[in-house]
Amino acid sequence: MAELIPTIIAKYNYWIYITLMMIGLYAMIAKNNLVKKIVGMNIFQTAIILYYVSIGVKKGATIPISTGGHGAVHEAVHAADYLNPLPHVLMLTAIVVGVATLGVALALCLRIYSRYNTLEEDEILAQIRKK
Amino acid sequence: MFWQIDLAILTLVVVTAVASLMVKDLLGAAILFGAYSFLMCLLWSIMGAVDVAFTEASVGAGVSSVFFVAAVFRTSRRTKD
Repeated sequence: MAELIPTIIAKYNYWIYITLMMIGLYAMIAKNNLVKKIVGMNIFQTAIILYYVSIGVKKGATIPISTGGHGAVHEAVHAADYLNPLPHVLMLTAIVVGVATLGVALALCLRIYSRYNTLEEDEILAQIRKK
Repeated sequence: MFWQIDLAILTLVVVTAVASLMVKDLLGAAILFGAYSFLMCLLWSIMGAVDVAFTEASVGAGVSSVFFVAAVFRTSRRTKD
């Protein structure tokens, strides 16, 4: 138990990412309003992206842009001096996919509102049951 | 990467996430979600992922907020939770 607490404190960022992810999951499950559910879905998505980007961080490294430009003498690139750019590139795609998902979800919300005239889940379910 | 700035912004991110889910007005939720996205963008530029940071600033904080505001104005602002 005594050695568990320094381990938890040293990895505080992972605990906060898990907290964010659980906030998003709670909103997707428990919130009654459809727009609130979509906000929760986006929070869940960004928490996962945050976790993946944080994997690529190295101590004492700089951003992954090569310092030798035009006319510079070609020299060897040490990979340990640069951050790992692979998670960045993968998560760039995930952000764009997330915005596409958001657009489709909000368009479905507009259709639901024009049909049932409400965005609350229980009222929509009550109207469906009445028919 | 300084852990003080990192921890402060992570705390603010959690606070804005909870606030955008708790507020009883959907327009307020949309604006708080924009603030959340901008804080997330700051976090990524601290981590050195500059490409992800400016994509999030333009797409997450910009286009997503506009989508939310447009959807809220075409539907209702009130919510029960």
